[in-house]
Amino acid sequence: MRPKLKFLDDELIHKITNEAYELLENVGIEIHNKSVISLLTDHGAKLSSDGKRVFLSHDLIQKALDSTPSSFKLYDTNGNETADLGGYNVHYTPGSCAIYFLDSESDEPRHAKTSDYLRYAKLMRKMEYIATQSTAFITNDVAEQISDSYRLYLSLLHCEKPIVTGAFTDNGFEVMKNLQLAVRGSAEALASKPVSVFSACPTAPLKWSDISSQNVVDCANAGIPVEFVAMPLTGFVAPITLTGTLVQHTVETLSGLVISQLTKPGAPVLWGGSPAVFDIRYETTPMGDIGTMMIDCGYNEIGKHFKIPTQAYIGLSDAKHLDAQAGFETSMGATLAALAGINNISGAGMLDFENLFSLEKLVLDNQICGMTHRMLKGIEPKEDFPSKSLFEELISEGHLLIADHTRKHIHDEIHFPSAVIDRANRSRYREEGGVTLKQRARKEIEQHIAEEMDECLTPEIRKELENIMLTEAKKNGMDSLPKII
Amino acid sequence: MTNDILTQLTQVLQTGDATAVSDLTKLAIDQSIGTKIILDDGLIAGMNIVGERFKKHEIFLPDLLFSAKAFYAGLEHLKPLLLKEKIASPGKVVIGTVQGDQHDIGKNLVGIMLEGAGFEVVDLGKDVSPEQFVDAAVETNADVIGMSALLTTTMPVMKKVIDLATERKIKDQFKYIVGGAPLSDKFAKEIGADAYCFDTVSAVECVKGFVKGK
Ligand code: B1M
Repeated sequence: MRPKLKFLDDELIHKITNEAYELLENVGIEIHNKSVISLLTDHGAKLSSDGKRVFLSHDLIQKALDSTPSSFKLYDTNGNETADLGGYNVHYTPGSCAIYFLDSESDEPRHAKTSDYLRYAKLMRKMEYIATQSTAFITNDVAEQISDSYRLYLSLLHCEKPIVTGAFTDNGFEVMKNLQLAVRGSAEALASKPVSVFSACPTAPLKWSDISSQNVVDCANAGIPVEFVAMPLTGFVAPITLTGTLVQHTVETLSGLVISQLTKPGAPVLWGGSPAVFDIRYETTPMGDIGTMMIDCGYNEIGKHFKIPTQAYIGLSDAKHLDAQAGFETSMGATLAALAGINNISGAGMLDFENLFSLEKLVLDNQICGMTHRMLKGIEPKEDFPSKSLFEELISEGHLLIADHTRKHIHDEIHFPSAVIDRANRSRYREEGGVTLKQRARKEIEQHIAEEMDECLTPEIRKELENIMLTEAKKNGMDSLPKII
Repeated sequence: MTNDILTQLTQVLQTGDATAVSDLTKLAIDQSIGTKIILDDGLIAGMNIVGERFKKHEIFLPDLLFSAKAFYAGLEHLKPLLLKEKIASPGKVVIGTVQGDQHDIGKNLVGIMLEGAGFEVVDLGKDVSPEQFVDAAVETNADVIGMSALLTTTMPVMKKVIDLATERKIKDQFKYIVGGAPLSDKFAKEIGADAYCFDTVSAVECVKGFVKGK
């Protein structure tokens, strides 16, 4: 039996979704993009007299729900299937878009360089429990204007895993699409084997900005899957109650869904989000708050009710270093998310309210993800009934260390974490240098990065990617791209 | 008597009781306590205490908002008198999130706090172009231009605002404060801004410092 977690009963889900339909029909959504407004009104949506709010009928929403795929797959840069997003499948992704990078030596945040990103991308190839990569942080050795597309460029070049990413601007989207087209070879190939997921964020409360709504349309047209990332903040730009916040999240996400499905019925989407309980004491949006995690799991249930694959920014921490808070917030989130069956769980490696990325934490989080994957396999009987002969063997031998039963099942029953997790007794721990978690994580990073790895992509594609990026860099005042060593 | 009313005013302001603040301000006006005295020693003095308590984490954002609402209930009665007596506001700040950036939560909080501290705030919203910033600052005769950016891609717009003011030879008419998660002191210096503010309290302190002795 796969263990499952639920916060909402069917009655509450119905109440929340019905309330959302009511709000969409009567309060409407503010949209700052003329062509998106026309798209909706052309399909019968009503417009407020000031031309800003669009009212979506239940029928229109139902039509969008009916055409939304209940699952889709992601493929790596070589075209191999990597993640099947649907049902109760669970896949992990690193957190996305950090502004700062935690320096291994000083343990202080700093701006990242291209060389840091290359270490990240290489390391991600070895993170066996994290199925997809993300454009995890930006580097500051390129013009700020290309900081969104440059991350994708580096990711595509140096790690084959599919990528969770997003554009900051309209121009950013075009460049990022062209990079993916270069990898796949044609628009059809890209649409049939998506290599990325783009985030598109409504603005709380009940709003879509020009850029973000355009992103939804552009992604649908290109066949690039979108994760809707609504961010209602409880008690601030959303009701203080978790239920009220779920109503708002449903409204904002359904409106995105309608934009996407009217653009192209069948466009792949994730019912995602990054809501938070707003901490009025510190003016922050804690991702490690238990209420935040409950909202995430709650909206995942609503997504499942609609039969739409889900995503959440959960399994990350607000701590500033790799400390106990970082560990407990991340594992709490990752465990709840796995039990809830969130299909794409974004967060590994991330600290400080989605602002700070740490390679040491990524390596630790990979272990957390590994443990939750084991947990999801549940407790299944395997040649356990009848057990008389096994117990007779145990009694006569005094142990089962080399029993056939043990040898057969040890690896599917017991999950052995890497040496990042301390399992030594004190004497051995001392003998091995008494190293801290951070030191163990760093050792693992260096081991992975030192490994010989095949180059990703063909030389022709690599060259094409470089040409696209260089053109953009030149448009933004750079003579050349940072050297890749 | 004067002191009694002003002390009471600062006290009720702290509890966020808008009706009481409104009544006491009216009473103070009726008692002919000077307009500037009511403003400085009653309303602003009360908000300063609230600001200090907020800074020490003794009270939280909603408490501060209640007090700010109450402050405005009192200020409404003083406004016509301030105009008539040509008493300038303690300072005017033009504020906005820069072009291409939709993140306005932090900027809104800063605006609320500045208003709460008695400053006049002209909020230009989000996605604000350099021209809009500079034009608004000139039109409203602002003391400070406050810019917010949360995206690395939009940070360069802040420099464009300052460059535009320089180009128009009016840079020194204003002070420039910047804020938002990707910024730093270093960045503020590089683009020629006067201060980087990491939260609402630091923003209010900066602006106070800039308009002091104006
Ligand atoms: C004038 O003087 C001053 C003085 C002080 C000032 C000041 C001005 N401005 C701020 N301050 C200071 O005082 C305030 C009070 O303490 C503070 O303000 P803050 O804004 O820092 O704090 C607020 C009170 C609470 N914090 C926030 O409101 C920001 C929280 C995070 C999670 C965030 C949110 C909420 C949102 N987002 Co966005 N978002 C993130 C943020 C991550 C983070 N933790 O910062 C960030 C900034 N977002 C990011 C991204 C990528 C994006 N977001 C986007 C959209 C959104 C929402 C609309 C959903 C929403 C904003 C809603 C709104 N109305 O503002 C998109 C942007 C579209 C656009 N063109 O703007 C999009 C591009 C995502 C996408 N692909 O669509 C990342 C930026 C990465 C980067 N390298 O630049 C990001 C760090 C999260 C992440 N890791 O992905 C101080 O900074």
